[in-house]
Amino acid sequence: MSNKTLRIAGVTRTFPGRGKAGPTLALQPTDMTAAPGEFIAILGPSGCGKSTLLRIVAGLDQPTAGSVTLDGAPVTAPGADRGMVFQSYTLFPWLTVAQNIRFGLQERGVPDAEQQAIAARFIARTGLKGFENHWPRQLSGGMQQRCALARALANDPEILLLDEPFGALDHQTRELMQELLLEIWEADRKTVLFVTHDIDEAIFLAKRVVVMSARPGRIKADVPIPLPYPRDWTMKTSAEFGTLKARLMGEIREEVRKAAMA
Amino acid sequence: MKPLVPVPAAARVILGVGFFAMFVGVWAAVTYSGYVPPLFLASPGQALLSGWSLLTEYGFLGDIAVTIWRVVGGFVIAAACGVPLGLLMGTFKPVEAFFEPFVSFARYLPASAFIPLLILWVGIGETQKLSLIFIGSFFQIVIMVSVIAGGTRMDLVEAAYTLGAKSRGVLRRVILPASAPLVMETLRLVLGWAWTYVIVAELIGASSGIGHMIMDSQRLLDTGQMIFGIVVIGLIGLATDFLFKALNRWLFPWAAL
Repeated sequence: MSNKTLRIAGVTRTFPGRGKAGPTLALQPTDMTAAPGEFIAILGPSGCGKSTLLRIVAGLDQPTAGSVTLDGAPVTAPGADRGMVFQSYTLFPWLTVAQNIRFGLQERGVPDAEQQAIAARFIARTGLKGFENHWPRQLSGGMQQRCALARALANDPEILLLDEPFGALDHQTRELMQELLLEIWEADRKTVLFVTHDIDEAIFLAKRVVVMSARPGRIKADVPIPLPYPRDWTMKTSAEFGTLKARLMGEIREEVRKAAMA
Repeated sequence: MKPLVPVPAAARVILGVGFFAMFVGVWAAVTYSGYVPPLFLASPGQALLSGWSLLTEYGFLGDIAVTIWRVVGGFVIAAACGVPLGLLMGTFKPVEAFFEPFVSFARYLPASAFIPLLILWVGIGETQKLSLIFIGSFFQIVIMVSVIAGGTRMDLVEAAYTLGAKSRGVLRRVILPASAPLVMETLRLVLGWAWTYVIVAELIGASSGIGHMIMDSQRLLDTGQMIFGIVVIGLIGLATDFLFKALNRWLFPWAAL
């Protein structure tokens, strides 16, 4: 369970221009607060700055203006308290599944026996039993992302940052991954920021969906998802789900069109 | 034949051996027919006979050992200095900015042209051979390793940061293992060049070694011995290449080589 509040205050990002092109404003001043244990989906068309926002929270990118704080403490660099899963496959190819999961624990000097216990627990939770000693290249895309999720969770972060983690997976695998993530979140109640451009995914997972506008990005709508947890896949066909989807589609369509024209 | 379609293992061996056989065949044809006189090119049989007498009567094995020792010695020193510096340059951009222009300049200095200077400085002993191999290999290793380290996948580095790694951890646990297979490939390449340098050094001033033997044979116009010496170098190269590849497969089972 997370117990720290994440505050994003006036965060702006401008990328410097190259050659004759002027600077690009990627993110307009953005404010957002994530309560401890909240699951927030950040939904927007590609290029809207949603990944930039997530990278700033991770400390991998610096805002041009504004600040990110975790329980009042400013975030300036990446740290183990904010775990991240990327869209690309980022398991270390030279480490086995178990060694990948232990990477952060080793970096923090956790005793060996404890590392093994924690790794075993997350291997079981992500359904990777029997694959502990496999190399990443021997795993399917879905298994690699489950391992990446286990690797981030093993560090017991305050916040989980997910940057379209299932974006490269096929539709069926993606749905299974969503259910797995929900199961883990319902048990652990970690604060999650989940970037996606998939409306169904956002509604199915999140307690709150933040819709971003086309570039330069800004928060256009903040839509609570009142569907009760635990959720399961049958909800995707419910009338309530349909209403929410219609609303979010309306919000996002306009932005996608703008992004396509730009 | 279709582009990029792999060839079966058996066919691969047959094709590879086939060209060797063809090569020797052409060599045999032009020498045994008398088309090329033995003064310029010994026949394959003559080269083998010369080789046999070299090995049994003239202690050629000792020359081979000395040459291998020189190559390996000079190369190991160059790699031991060049790989760490290259890794640091690829990882830390200020270090790269400091060394890169000089290394790029030094890389183009022809190592062989240092021989007269080296003889003046350190004589014609072993130090001269090792120094020449060092000069010829070190700068190449540095520049290639720094490019490899600099090309480490950024998303892996970022993943390490989000798992709590600091600069040291990223260098030791991401950049180093990520670069290792390509660094080994680079060393394999540069070792081939080191062979050229050792022979050049031995041709110019040495009292032992394969290069020295080739020089001696020239005075006797014994093309058989010269060719045997050259072929031995080729065979040693082939063997080290094979060893390097086996070593890479053993060290880096995770890489799809």
